Amino acid sequence: MSQVNTAPLASVWDGGRSPYAVNSKKFGMWLFIISDALTFSALLMAYTYVRLATPNWPTPFHFSPSIIFSTVMTFCLLSSSLTMVMGVHAMNHGNRKAAVGWILATICGGLAFVGLHLTEWLNLIRNEHVTPFDNPWGVPLFGGTFFALTGLHMTHVIIGVIYLGIIAFAVGRGKFKAEDVEVSGLYWHFVDLVWMFIFPLVYLMSAKI
Amino acid sequence: MSAHTEVAEHVNGATTKAFVNVWFALLFMTGVEVFLAYEQIPVLIFLTALVGLSVIKAALIIAYFMHLKFEKLSLFLTLFPMLILCIMLMLLMFMPDSSRLMMMRPR
Repeated sequence: MSQVNTAPLASVWDGGRSPYAVNSKKFGMWLFIISDALTFSALLMAYTYVRLATPNWPTPFHFSPSIIFSTVMTFCLLSSSLTMVMGVHAMNHGNRKAAVGWILATICGGLAFVGLHLTEWLNLIRNEHVTPFDNPWGVPLFGGTFFALTGLHMTHVIIGVIYLGIIAFAVGRGKFKAEDVEVSGLYWHFVDLVWMFIFPLVYLMSAKI
Repeated sequence: MSAHTEVAEHVNGATTKAFVNVWFALLFMTGVEVFLAYEQIPVLIFLTALVGLSVIKAALIIAYFMHLKFEKLSLFLTLFPMLILCIMLMLLMFMPDSSRLMMMRPR
């Protein structure tokens, strides 16, 4: 009787099998992404908090160049996510050459994003005189929160470009498996996902409010 | 052997056509966000639309690009309720106080 009852309970949670049906690398990356999501959530909330609490919050993001640049940057990241998922798809079907091509296209999208973002930063620093500690409007928290939020995101993009470069090099040499490309893709899509919140919060909300 | 494993492990998942459709949807929603930023609509509607579109975009990326739609439900239930709960806890701390500060602004 007891054997009959325990047999269905000897499920994936009983040891010896993966209850999530994913490999350990992928599960590890998911755990990292969740913890990193909390970091970015805290930063986004901190930005919102100081913005709401500051009456004369500066909005130096004019349509040209800031909004145009940030919209193109969004396009670059979204397109690089598409090329990344195509790379994962190609690798899953055993097509290493195509996978390398798609990953290199993803790297190009990431580099374009970083280039445009640095140009936008330089525009703010040189033309609007915004630094992490000071600005002409006397709201130093603006520069502090803006550069912290976008800087941490850009650091993630730069790390992602290096990560994907290593993956592309190894895959091209016949090393690494499809799961390794998929794990790097998870990281890249997360970087894209975070920008989907930074873009409206920092840039678009400055256009109207 | 490795090539066979690579193919065999990923029989489930979206097609490339689905990925392209999701990409178009994401671009469209981004365009709507930029359009709304320069339209004369009430701030509350604008903010609601921005948050709503951002959450939908994030969900599409997680579901299709990050493949979570095709993973086991146990993975989703392990990761996301905890994440949402933690974000709610942070909101509980931040938002009431920030709203109070906003109301205390000199008018």
